[in-house]
Amino acid sequence: MKPRRVFADLKVVSRSYFRNPAALFFSLAFPIILIALFGLIFSVGSGGPVSIAVDNLDHNSPTSVAFLAALNQTKLVTVTVVNYPAGSFSAQLGDNGYSAGLIIPAGFAADYANRSSVNVTVFTNPEDATAAGQTEGAVSAVVNSMNLAAACGGGHCTPVIGIPPTENIGSQVYTYIDYLIPGLIGFSILTSPMFSMVEIASSYRKDGIFRELSLTPLTKSEWLLSRIVWYVLLTFVTAGIMIGAGVVLFGAHVEITLGLLPFLFIGPFLFVSLGMLAGTVAKTPESAAVIGNIITFPMMFLSGTFFAVSAFPNYLQAVAHVLPLYYVIDGMDQVMLFSNPMRALYDFGVITILAVIVFALAVRFFQWRDTQ
Amino acid sequence: MPNAIEVRGLTKRYGPLSAVEQIDFNVEAGTVFAFLGPNGAGKTTTTEILEGLRRRTGGDVRVLGLDPWTQGYALHQRIGVIPQDFRFFEKLTPKEGILYYGSLFGTRPDPKSLLARVDLEDKADSHFDTLSGGQKQKLGLALALTNNPEVCFLDEPTTGLDPQARRSIWEVIRTLRREGRTVFLTTHYLEEAELLADQVAIIHHGKIIASGTPGEIIRAHGRPERLVFDAPPALGEYLHSTLGVATELRDGRVEVSLESNRDALRILSAVDASGLPWKGFSTRTETLEDVFVRLVGPMDDGALKSEVPA
Ligand SMILES: Nc1ncnc2c1ncn2[C@@H]1O[C@H](COP(=O)(O)OP(=O)(O)OP(=O)(O)O)[C@@H](O)[C@H]1O
Ligand SMILES: [Mg+2]
Repeated sequence: MKPRRVFADLKVVSRSYFRNPAALFFSLAFPIILIALFGLIFSVGSGGPVSIAVDNLDHNSPTSVAFLAALNQTKLVTVTVVNYPAGSFSAQLGDNGYSAGLIIPAGFAADYANRSSVNVTVFTNPEDATAAGQTEGAVSAVVNSMNLAAACGGGHCTPVIGIPPTENIGSQVYTYIDYLIPGLIGFSILTSPMFSMVEIASSYRKDGIFRELSLTPLTKSEWLLSRIVWYVLLTFVTAGIMIGAGVVLFGAHVEITLGLLPFLFIGPFLFVSLGMLAGTVAKTPESAAVIGNIITFPMMFLSGTFFAVSAFPNYLQAVAHVLPLYYVIDGMDQVMLFSNPMRALYDFGVITILAVIVFALAVRFFQWRDTQ
Repeated sequence: MPNAIEVRGLTKRYGPLSAVEQIDFNVEAGTVFAFLGPNGAGKTTTTEILEGLRRRTGGDVRVLGLDPWTQGYALHQRIGVIPQDFRFFEKLTPKEGILYYGSLFGTRPDPKSLLARVDLEDKADSHFDTLSGGQKQKLGLALALTNNPEVCFLDEPTTGLDPQARRSIWEVIRTLRREGRTVFLTTHYLEEAELLADQVAIIHHGKIIASGTPGEIIRAHGRPERLVFDAPPALGEYLHSTLGVATELRDGRVEVSLESNRDALRILSAVDASGLPWKGFSTRTETLEDVFVRLVGPMDDGALKSEVPA
């Protein structure tokens, strides 16, 4: 093992990289795009009020107006009054981009005053569970309090059980974007080395570059090491960009500690080696891509990249626990969010053992020379 | 001089196909050895086995006293190789490539002079994927020289090069020889072998069918010198019936084999006596190319432009 040769090869890797505009774009712009995209999709959906369309058939009676004002006050929904043709309310909702709607029937105020039963109809989109839950929660809260007021006979009812303002656990609340940052760093630690190593392993063999290199004193482990160093550097840049974008665009609060470093080293180490191993066992570039995808895709979605593993059903959690990327992301969660170094250390141990084994296997099985 | 390369009973099979069958040869250190043969004869297979890039099926091979397959790492420090279809990192320039190889080998090559040597200075800073086929080949040669090799393996180094570039590669090969290095060269160009090589071996269907110096091969396999007359075919018949010599009609000319120089006088006076019209005559000695074509049949890859019909 000669550092001089690793360094010389590293120079070649970085040059090939910087002279390939597509690669450069993907590694620099892609992290920002990922953060922005997922940040937008999920934080808006979970954080803000749901916009609901209301058709007030009671012609702005004072009671119905008070009802809508109360809905707005919940902060769970914002009311927009609409006037859709009769019978097409539900279809119009979808066409106009609402994920929830409400119809207040004619005679609502009169029925309420008379205490004869009257229904408000709620429309939600079952595929948007968050919006549906928020809408139903807001409507039933307002309905309940109005029913209660009616039951007390318009007089003053003293509440028996009160709920003071909610308090937070610990010092910090975690939002989706906070979880997203370690998840997406993990995502790029996995995908960029895996896809490119699988490709390189088969195309370098086909183009005779490995054969060419086998004629030099560069060893297989030196060659692999220089790729690892390269992807570690790239991971640092990517992680920096993602953290920066998360903080600037979405006000994420993650802890940037030295505890993150081991994962930014060992993650690329593992996945460069794994990509090489996958590309090596395949006989053709096509089968290499297939094998690479079979390994990569489950990890891309089930390791806590976009969704926290703890939110999965049990059987999926069990699957996640055998995926190497899970330990990388969990470790980063522990240091960036939960300040839990012991568990991070455990995660690091698991990945390190795995990385050493995969590296050794990759070096053992990948052939410079044609064995035919 | 000791042998730089020794090959005994070398055999290589690809499944049922026997690409190389029981071949033997030696290459003396400091000489140029040309390996000739038609497409698919087994040249590249043999070369790659010598370079330690391919495993042999049988026989024994030594390069600089080392077994290329099991002692490849040690051997590679001391040899230089251009593979037949040389490819390199697409986005690297020749200059960077040479410096890269220099740091891998721990040598300090001077890219400028090395590129000047193979006539590629003007492309020193162009990316590999923008070089022409011949320019890539030249870079391959320059890279093969970065470690100051004792033996150079050049698999068809001049295929696809323009005449000017071929000459500059020939010049490099001559210089290598002058510097005392051994050169193992495969080629389709017979004149190239004739010009450069100390020893030649012709391989066909995996077997060596002729070997020696170019002169030895021509003497052993070539036809005798012949007289060529610019004359009607009737002259051939006349000479055959009066002198009993073998004549041949080729390209509208009459050719007569000469067993000895004496024959020449006899034949010329017979021609004179025939009274047939003839415009002139010349002598013709067979080249390595003629011998090659007769031994293995014409090659159809354009390397050979032989006027000899099959
Ligand atoms: N990897 C391989 N697998 C199977 N057969 C092969 C392989 N490489 C070469 N061959 C076969 O072995 C024979 C010799 O091939 P080789 O490449 O040595 O020929 P060559 O003399 O270099 O030809 P050319 O002048 O075209 O370069 C050919 O019939 C070829 O098809
Ligand atoms: Mg060949």
